[in-house]
Amino acid sequence: MRAEGLDHQVYCRSRPVNTETTTPWDKTAVAALTPLQASDKRYKILEAHIKKYQGRQDALIEVLHKAQELFGFLEDSLLLFVGSRLKLPPSRVYGVATFYHYFKLKPQGAHTCVVCLGTACYVRGSDRVLAAIEQSAGIKSGETTEDKQLSLMTARCIGACSIAPAVVYDGVIHPKQDPESALAQLKGWLPHGN
Amino acid sequence: MVIEDLVEIAEKERAGGKKTIIRCCMAASCMSSRSEAVKAGLEKAVKDAGLSDQVEVRGVGCMRLCCQGPLVGVEPGNILYQKVEPEDAASLVASTQGAPTDVERGDPEQPFFKKQLSIVLSNSGVVDPERIESYIGADGYKALHSVLFEMTPKELIDHIIASGLRGRGGAGYPTGLKWATVAKTPSAQKYVVCNGDEGDPGAFMDRSVLESDPHSVLEGMAIAGYAVGANQGFIYVRAEYPLAIKRLQIAIRQARQIGLIGSGIFESPFHFTVDIRIGAGAYVCGEETALMASIEGKRGTPRPRPPFPAESGLWNSPTLINNVETFANIAPIVRKGADWYASIGTAKSKGTKVFALAGKIENTGLIEVPMGTTLRQIVEEMGGGAPGGASIKAVQTGGPSGGCIPANELDTPVDYESLTRLGSIMGSGGMIVMDESTRMPEVARYFMEFCMDESCGKCIPCRAGTAQMHHLLDRIVKRQGTARDLATLEELCDMVARTSLCGLGQNAPNPVRSTLRYFRNEYLALLAPGSNGQLAREEQTANSH
Repeated sequence: MRAEGLDHQVYCRSRPVNTETTTPWDKTAVAALTPLQASDKRYKILEAHIKKYQGRQDALIEVLHKAQELFGFLEDSLLLFVGSRLKLPPSRVYGVATFYHYFKLKPQGAHTCVVCLGTACYVRGSDRVLAAIEQSAGIKSGETTEDKQLSLMTARCIGACSIAPAVVYDGVIHPKQDPESALAQLKGWLPHGN
Repeated sequence: MVIEDLVEIAEKERAGGKKTIIRCCMAASCMSSRSEAVKAGLEKAVKDAGLSDQVEVRGVGCMRLCCQGPLVGVEPGNILYQKVEPEDAASLVASTQGAPTDVERGDPEQPFFKKQLSIVLSNSGVVDPERIESYIGADGYKALHSVLFEMTPKELIDHIIASGLRGRGGAGYPTGLKWATVAKTPSAQKYVVCNGDEGDPGAFMDRSVLESDPHSVLEGMAIAGYAVGANQGFIYVRAEYPLAIKRLQIAIRQARQIGLIGSGIFESPFHFTVDIRIGAGAYVCGEETALMASIEGKRGTPRPRPPFPAESGLWNSPTLINNVETFANIAPIVRKGADWYASIGTAKSKGTKVFALAGKIENTGLIEVPMGTTLRQIVEEMGGGAPGGASIKAVQTGGPSGGCIPANELDTPVDYESLTRLGSIMGSGGMIVMDESTRMPEVARYFMEFCMDESCGKCIPCRAGTAQMHHLLDRIVKRQGTARDLATLEELCDMVARTSLCGLGQNAPNPVRSTLRYFRNEYLALLAPGSNGQLAREEQTANSH
């Protein structure tokens, strides 16, 4: 039986040095966290995570995943922080953060509702489910209610096609939804108790 | 770890089997119908009944008939229970001791199951995906041992070529040839990449394979690594598949712990490590060059080929990229032989294909059939036709890159060439059935909206072309389009297909083209009333083609 080391040891094995030109980064920007950041534990966790990847620039997406997991969304100061730690220009970090749908640049509501609009869900009526939610919540897909309780999103396909139409409420997939079951599920999350 | 250790684990696993095994589906679809609670209930019921030494409750991967989930199977007896509720647990456990039960029975003899032929899915629904011992008990990692000690990389590649296996990601490039290209490109560093960025809406085969049998993919990757001379593998999985990611992480950790991944596998000089890279929601990353950019931590934009990844891929090193299902085919081919594999399927498409059946169809779920099975067999016999006796209008394959096959072509055998001839593609295996209530121009608009949103924006034909085509389709669907709009649309289809940089743009017009080919009347009926004069001319031209 063999016990291999930690993840990061595997990561550093036999990988070529990143050939990408490293932007000369303002040393002072790398130096320290602002007092506000320093008092925030989440930055420490994120820094530890970056160290796990040994600051490798190709770990940018992994680091952004972690940052979003910790902070809920990626605000500008956070992106700048990630950039400084990975020695990447802000343009590159912002470019990646905006390219991928999964990364959110705005704060999300307390609850999330993701309506799958994959083909199987679509032919089984997910558009009606979405329309009902949009009408009831008074927001469009991609928006958050004013009371910051609910963020409504759509997905291209979550691979739950055999139980279409599927809706994900706070990370839990619910099968075979229709407008009534969806609104019942959202009861309490919506303003006016709808 | 040497072969004796592997055999010992396998024998221990098989000997430890209890008299009765209750298999409980723990794949994503059933879990969304509370199968976790069902499993917990079953475990408690077994304990309460004092049957712990006789009955094993095993969480397994996808049991395929997802629409009837949660599914529970009982061995011996090949009994299938469907729509099981946590409250049914006690009655179900008692039934293993001969008591009657009123839990809803499924029919394991129905065509949905009987017409399947399992190679990729042979462990799915049988082994526990979270225990490596369970996979080893089903002959797991034996193939890896035999290639390391009984075959040279060249012999192995010849073996894969002889099997006739073609890429299951959709394009159908011969797997062995791809391996040979990577193997003969000289480089100190090579990579093996598993493409698990299953973005096609309506496709969930790769998710099911990763959730149900992650070790088969790891073993296939390690074998590929040995064949091409790579010692580092990456599995790129969508962030939308959290369960698949979790099971893969467990699988990699377990394989590493007992030395089946890492350095000196089976005490040979071969070492191979695997890392997971999680996607972040970009459909275009399923394209191989975009996927590599994403693994390198960049925006997932494709680049022109050549150079192909086999020559210059990740960090400019030769890189082998195969789909999840392709890798899952490797170990069975090594274990059972290339001739066996080549005897299944059609002349040009060998083996089996996994399809995800969804849409307006009675039995939704996962099927694996030999290549050459007709669409009618799949949709009508296995799938049970459209619900409520409605008639099937079309079958959509290949996602946004594929097309809609009309009902009168259902006797077409499923293989790469036949589907291409019909204007669709095999694609990764999503099969969505549409009935009479589905309006084809709307379907075309739906897919075009998808491509417009997912276009990475790097090349203009795709970025601007998809937006223009969507605009035209939107006009037509809203009854504002004219015959001229339709003509422009067709012209654009041709232009975008010819001039786009990658597969996304090149294939984006496919759904429009195939619906125009088979359901042109639906488009003509939607044209604005004012354009009737043009309509006549349009029809004339259409007929003259």
